[in-house]
Amino acid sequence: MLSALLVMAALAIVLGAVLGFAAIKFHVEGNPLVDKIDAILPQTQCGQCSFPGCKPYATAIAAGEADINRCPPGGVEGIQKLADLLGVDFKPFGGDTAAPKPKSVAIIDESTCIGCTLCIQACPVDAIVGAAKQMHTIIAAECTGCELCVAPCPVDCISMQVIEEKISNWKWKYPVYSLVTAQ
Amino acid sequence: MRTLYHFHGGVHPPSNKTQSTRLAIAPAPLPSRLIVPLHQHAGETAKPVVQAGDHVLKGQLIGMPDGFVSSAVHAPTSGTIAAIDMQLIAHPSGLPNLCATLIPDGKDEWIELEPVKNYRDHSTTELQHLLRMAGVVGLGGAAFPSDIKLRLGKQKIKTLILNGAECEPYITCDDMLMRERAAEIVQGAEILRFMLDADEVLYGVEDNKPEAIAALQQAITASGSALQQSKRHEVVAIPTIYPGGSAKQLIRVLTGLEVPSGKLPTDIGVQCFNVATAYTVHRALAHGEPLLSRIVTVAGNVREARNYEALIGTPIDELVALSEALPDTNGYIMGGPMMGFALPGMSGPGPAVHVPMVKATNCIIVSSEKLFPPPPPAMPCIRCTRCVEVCPADLQPQDLFWFAQSKEFGRAQTFSLFDCIECGACSYVCPSHIPLVQYYRFAKSEIRAREHDKQLADQARDRHEFHEQRIEREKREKAEKLAAKEKAAQAAKLAAQPLTAEQQAELANLATSREHIRELAQSAVEHTTENTGAN
Repeated sequence: MLSALLVMAALAIVLGAVLGFAAIKFHVEGNPLVDKIDAILPQTQCGQCSFPGCKPYATAIAAGEADINRCPPGGVEGIQKLADLLGVDFKPFGGDTAAPKPKSVAIIDESTCIGCTLCIQACPVDAIVGAAKQMHTIIAAECTGCELCVAPCPVDCISMQVIEEKISNWKWKYPVYSLVTAQ
Repeated sequence: MRTLYHFHGGVHPPSNKTQSTRLAIAPAPLPSRLIVPLHQHAGETAKPVVQAGDHVLKGQLIGMPDGFVSSAVHAPTSGTIAAIDMQLIAHPSGLPNLCATLIPDGKDEWIELEPVKNYRDHSTTELQHLLRMAGVVGLGGAAFPSDIKLRLGKQKIKTLILNGAECEPYITCDDMLMRERAAEIVQGAEILRFMLDADEVLYGVEDNKPEAIAALQQAITASGSALQQSKRHEVVAIPTIYPGGSAKQLIRVLTGLEVPSGKLPTDIGVQCFNVATAYTVHRALAHGEPLLSRIVTVAGNVREARNYEALIGTPIDELVALSEALPDTNGYIMGGPMMGFALPGMSGPGPAVHVPMVKATNCIIVSSEKLFPPPPPAMPCIRCTRCVEVCPADLQPQDLFWFAQSKEFGRAQTFSLFDCIECGACSYVCPSHIPLVQYYRFAKSEIRAREHDKQLADQARDRHEFHEQRIEREKREKAEKLAAKEKAAQAAKLAAQPLTAEQQAELANLATSREHIRELAQSAVEHTTENTGAN
């Protein structure tokens, strides 16, 4: 009887120690679900979802506080991916979110720019170069097209330009064939 | 006799090669103008180094390689640069790209050439640089910069394969080059072998080109001692089957080795070059001539199919005019009938646009409704798996089609979509006439675009995180500065606090002594004024 108790107690201690060690050794910082959601989001950091960036939106989705259909840059495909990841039903774009737009980049009209640095402060990815009273310019390759720099500009010198199709970004199209009436 | 292996599948489309091999290669006359695209190779567009209005000599650099995967572009003849602007080019997209338009002055005056006397005295890196600046790219069709393929990796290159298989119907440019200029091909191959330090050189030529095989063999025996001293060159006749000229399939046939999925031939100790590339390498080093012209087959719906040696940038309609297109012509195809594409702006109503030929233009097929009737309407896939039987890459084309059609790109990738060489054998045999390759190309470019977007998103995430950190740091620094200022103010305040009795006594002492000194000074002043008054 006593030996059985001792064996069980010893087992409990050993297993407890293993579990305790595993908890420390394999400790996960942060919420892995948030990272997974964040990986699907397009990282434009545009705030169209009403959260101040992609990570806060991902955190809100993970916590069940936000819907999955609030990200216009992610498009319908983004919603589908989020639905697949979270095991929920697909939802079309919700009422108050903007409709998806083609991908664009911001362009500064350099002759109008007064060098106020307001757009530099607004850019979430530091894609605008310039200094006070100096002309500003956008690093097109880094621009996510979030449009956050457009509103703060006091002289309205920033415009959004849709990225046009060039040979370098051209894609093969989905095959379509014209229907022919049978003879 | 060498043991040959075979790859899975393959088809036997009618070869249609004899029409264009009856006549020798003819030099194409100087065209009225040359449109030289600055993006003729895989990789980055070359940077223009001349301006509109400049006079250039034949062989003068007009496009500087820009980036790691890039190649130089040269003026194909002497003349004046009329414009550097966007022009329609030979690309399936039908989109324009940067081109230099050159109006020839008719003198065909060369720039001073700097041939390499003995390439063996130079390091591989030097030779690579020379080839890059000579604009040498793969002439088999992909136009990949050759200097990059000559970079030595960790793996020792055992076998160098010279691809003279030329398996696509109609195309005979490599065949004619091997027949007429075998000696220079062999010398170029030896340069490539030297650069790669390969043990053997195998020339893979399909057995439907006996003249080419004989010419190469003769060239190897003729240049005998020089080659014998180094390593073995051997011409191997391989069975004629499409797509036997695809690099991976050719490697399989000649060596029995299979290039693993997602790997390069160099990873298994093999490198492959087209015979025309070897010829160009020889011209570039031994004569210092950059890549300015190539052999092009003009065939199909023409009076006289033939191979021409034409300058890069020659408008294709001027080239075709040499062979006289027949009146029922309805378009031009660049490349073969299996993998080629219809040239933009060259068919349908309206004036033809002068699309120029580029380094990758191996063949122009003039099409007509009789020659290439429009495909019957595509029917649903009946899962007959005839495509599986012919797929040279051992794939499951019907499954890939299914995934591409339903845009299930992840599953297409797990079914090795990227091992598809787009040879078109599956579409060729499909009883439902489904344009299978178009689906694979669509799926591939969608997947590539997605991967690119993902990369950009990751970059944006990093930049955003850094931005947040920076804002945080600036806030912290500001707070620290404020705290330091506050601390200083507090110290000043501390000094203004009421004093102890001892300090008060000390201060009183100080005050009395100061008063005393002032009095003394006052008296002295009075004293001096008295004196001055007396004076």
